[in-house]
Amino acid sequence: MQSQLPLYPEQASNFAPQVDNLLLFIVTICLVFAVGICAAVIYFFFRYQRRNPDEIGVPIHGDLRLELTWIVLPFFLLMAMFGWGAVIYVDYRHTPTDTLDVYVIGKQWMWKLQQPNGRREINELHVPLGRNVRLIMASEDVIHDFSVPAFRVKMDVVPGHYNTMWFRPTKPGKYHFFCSQYCGTNHAVMGGWVTVMEPGDYATWLSGNTTGDPIAVGQQLFNNLACSTCHQADGKGRGPSYLGLYGSKVKLADGSTVTADDNYIRESILQPNAKIVAGYQPVMPSFQGQVTEDQIAALTAYIKSLKDQPAPGKPAAGDSATGMK
Amino acid sequence: MHRTGELYGQFQTLDQQKESATLGMWVFIAQEILFFGGLFLAYTINRHTYSTAFGVGGNMLSLPLGAANTVVLILSSLTMAMAVWSATTSKKKLVSLFLVLTLALGCVFLGVKVIEYKQKFDHHLIPGHGFDIAYCSKNPAACGLTGKELATEVEEIENGLKADPDLNAHAQLYYSLYFAMTGLHALHMIIGAGLLLWLIQQSMKGRFDAAYNTPVENIGLYWHFVDIVWIYLFPLLYLINRHLA
Amino acid sequence: MSSATTTPATAEKLPREHYLNATYGIRSWLLTTDHKRIALLYLISVTFFFFIGGLFAALIRIHLLTPGGYLVTPETYNKLFTMHGVAMIFFFLIPSIPAVLGNFLIPIMIGAKDLAFPKINLLSWYIYLLGGAFVLYSFATGGLDTGWTFYTPLSSIYSNSAVTPAVLGIFINGFSSILTGLNFIVTVHTMRAPGMTWLRLPLFVWAHYATSLIFILGTPVIAITLLLAGLERMFHFGFFNPAYGGDPILFQHLFWFYSHPAVYIMILPAMGVISEIIPTFARKPIFGYDFIAASSIGIAVIGFIVWAHHMFLTGQSTYSAVAFSFLTFLVAIPSAVKVFNWTSTLYKGSIAYDTPMLYGLGFIGLFTIGGLTGLFLACLGLDIHLHDTYFVVAHFHYIMVGGAIMGYLGGIHFWWPKITGRLYPEFLARVAAIVLFIGFNLTFFPQFILGYLGMPRRYHDYPPEYQVLNVMSTAGASILALGYLLPMVYLTWSMRYGKVAGKNPWPATGLEWTTDSPPLTENFHETPVVDWEVYDFEHRPELGLKGAIGKKPAPAHGDD
Repeated sequence: MQSQLPLYPEQASNFAPQVDNLLLFIVTICLVFAVGICAAVIYFFFRYQRRNPDEIGVPIHGDLRLELTWIVLPFFLLMAMFGWGAVIYVDYRHTPTDTLDVYVIGKQWMWKLQQPNGRREINELHVPLGRNVRLIMASEDVIHDFSVPAFRVKMDVVPGHYNTMWFRPTKPGKYHFFCSQYCGTNHAVMGGWVTVMEPGDYATWLSGNTTGDPIAVGQQLFNNLACSTCHQADGKGRGPSYLGLYGSKVKLADGSTVTADDNYIRESILQPNAKIVAGYQPVMPSFQGQVTEDQIAALTAYIKSLKDQPAPGKPAAGDSATGMK
Repeated sequence: MHRTGELYGQFQTLDQQKESATLGMWVFIAQEILFFGGLFLAYTINRHTYSTAFGVGGNMLSLPLGAANTVVLILSSLTMAMAVWSATTSKKKLVSLFLVLTLALGCVFLGVKVIEYKQKFDHHLIPGHGFDIAYCSKNPAACGLTGKELATEVEEIENGLKADPDLNAHAQLYYSLYFAMTGLHALHMIIGAGLLLWLIQQSMKGRFDAAYNTPVENIGLYWHFVDIVWIYLFPLLYLINRHLA
Repeated sequence: MSSATTTPATAEKLPREHYLNATYGIRSWLLTTDHKRIALLYLISVTFFFFIGGLFAALIRIHLLTPGGYLVTPETYNKLFTMHGVAMIFFFLIPSIPAVLGNFLIPIMIGAKDLAFPKINLLSWYIYLLGGAFVLYSFATGGLDTGWTFYTPLSSIYSNSAVTPAVLGIFINGFSSILTGLNFIVTVHTMRAPGMTWLRLPLFVWAHYATSLIFILGTPVIAITLLLAGLERMFHFGFFNPAYGGDPILFQHLFWFYSHPAVYIMILPAMGVISEIIPTFARKPIFGYDFIAASSIGIAVIGFIVWAHHMFLTGQSTYSAVAFSFLTFLVAIPSAVKVFNWTSTLYKGSIAYDTPMLYGLGFIGLFTIGGLTGLFLACLGLDIHLHDTYFVVAHFHYIMVGGAIMGYLGGIHFWWPKITGRLYPEFLARVAAIVLFIGFNLTFFPQFILGYLGMPRRYHDYPPEYQVLNVMSTAGASILALGYLLPMVYLTWSMRYGKVAGKNPWPATGLEWTTDSPPLTENFHETPVVDWEVYDFEHRPELGLKGAIGKKPAPAHGDD
């Protein structure tokens, strides 16, 4: 922790230095005005002290040039603050496309979070260093607000809406997150910790596997993402089997044939309907935005590791079954 | 409101007194506009978001009753205007007559409103746990629906459900707004009726003439304002999605 | 540097007949239509609510002395801050200056015998009491734990506290504000004495005119909004309920459409008070009268189009956030214009440091800080971090307490001789003003830092690293409490034992100072005719000032 009397929270996201610089800018302008006004008041107070009980002041009624000056000059300063603030805000509200998506549900008085691979957390959030993280947030009851002071971000969590926010952690560590919108009795304890981890550690943590072996991570993911519900080993599920898939020729519904390489697997995960394996229906949902590149790599490694397994005969003997993960 | 034509202590002249009372009423009406404004805003936003459910909900209101009430209110505005005219031309008997007519029409309006509310209650259209937008199409006998009417209603609900699976919830939103808006309007009518009673009592005593008619004029302003609110409520709530058969 | 107060030394006597002794008995008070007596009825009732709200505040601060919050349970804590807010905002701050000082002074300042509608004025006090009774009933039977903002669906569905009576109470109380505003607007339009042109109106009256516009145009919106929330709670209607497809954010829009202008209801009258105090104790015309008057109206008007800056992080569209941020920055300009003009008024003045002036100068400093920190929150990028933290709490207390209450107390001291006919003890009053200033800053300045550190508001418990600042804040609050008790005691004492003040103890230029202290029930012996310009000391020999201009008279510099 910091000193007994810290003045600003740790800077642990891409927004933190931006917000702090803006703060510095506004504080400087405001100090100039506040100090100027207080100094003027104090100076006039002593300089023009009443010396004689009957004395009156010099009747000055006003000065148009002065009035216009202190209308126009502050206007430009205000617009500078406005503009700078708006730039940061627009950036904050405009989520980049390559994010790691975490689902957040607020309910009285706890946070339920779900990592892209389905791993669930309560009042804890683990994120990898240097990745753009997007939180997709919903509430089950009243309005909450997810706030991470060290990242300088927060966003209301409103029932009936999805709100999103994003940030890029820049410093490993553990940081408070709070519910910032008053939500009833235990509002004050509806918080927890965000843990920023090195990407490797994060992948390990995510797979719940201490070795970090990509094949094991991939297998874990395969189960966590419930791929195996449809893609059964015997090919009798709603999707084709994955055994012996890698490197084989896959026959598609339109009659053409492709080789099941890394790109094919990646595309099948992210755009499942782009290439439909002959004999199957286009029913698979897209995992776009729900699996990271790391995870796709792990999944591919896992499928690759099964390439020497015998492919089941269905649907067309001889043809390996396939692709849509 | 000043009970007589005499000058009240805080004023210097009768003109000043009258000017104050009239300005006061206009300022009051300004705040009334804002008061209803919140409701109209809520209506507009939700109408835009849930136009199907609002259409279905609106079509279940009774057009004949609503239209009759509109006519009644417009007539009452006419009689109110006549009362003001009678006062400014010192026709003292006519003032009372027109005020009584206005009050009677106001009561007719409220009576019809009670009938409508009762109907909505019977048809399970009061927001809350018992709310069921499809009650009448499921229990046509209870609502007295037959033949073509029933067919229209069943079709309407079916189409509604196709366009908006959450029709029942959103129709509840419509009925919440319906009751809040018409209820608040009815409350204003009741207050207006109370004011009219007082005016009638005063005018029976012959208090109002060309020289002194501020209360008639101001309560008249209030009455017209309440009518105008209805003139907006009627198309928004009853007409907007109506198909002419 | 002895005080330059020009208190007439001796021989002042209270007038034989005045509004306080015109009639006797409890009925003569409870059925009075005299705006001055109604003002005193309000004075007593708002003071009552101030102490209720203050008591809650004291408990809050004691509870926050340590992290972990051992004094009260979370439920109780939530009720404390909610009831503190409701009592202070709806039943103290909003009525304080308008209903007490405005009621007392506006008719006298414009040379009228009373407000245009004296009975409606009394009615609005009874409505206030009725609303207050509902709210007290809510406090007594289960309390209220929704926050003073009553955000749905917490207030309309989830809260288990006595929300319904509280909402009804505030709804009812709204009509008190509306009727007061209506009365002021009509009075200012139609009741001005001969010669009292619009540009001779004291700035206090201008400020109240602007405030009344907000009363009329804003209050009905919150009344209907709270009524809808109440209907939702009582009868399961759905306006804001997501289960019916309703939008809880709509509630916030409607709520802040009133409640942001309500901030200006609280601060504008205080600005009016300061605009009276500063020229009086600097003995010179106020600098830029037109600009101060116009800025009051400007604040009232722009104040109506900035409400959504409370909702930058509700997920509203980026465009609307940018627009509302821009408008919010604009509203800073009229406020800044006032501060610059007050400061300039001091230039080449003849400045005394009587108690009202101490409050006046304190107000300039505190309002400046309060106003400038508003810019931090208006600024979109910073608001992402500061929204709903203690920074917000500190900011609005600088405006509400540092601004509105300092203005209120300054005004009470300034016009105390007019209200009671007697002076308060000057030394004690100065001590109290300084104690308040110190206590206030110690209480609320640390909260700015707490907010930037990220401590959310409405927390009964907080992480230990926030403790030092919380302890400072609580220490300040205890000093502040002392500062509030002092005036209670010596003002009450002075009502009986204070030195008789005379018509115009300061002296000041307003019409109210030309009549007796305390005034007659009819305010003036005969209808006054105004033939002088506002805040003019130079051409007013009856003030007893020799017109000796303290410093070398400058060549008339400036136009106006």
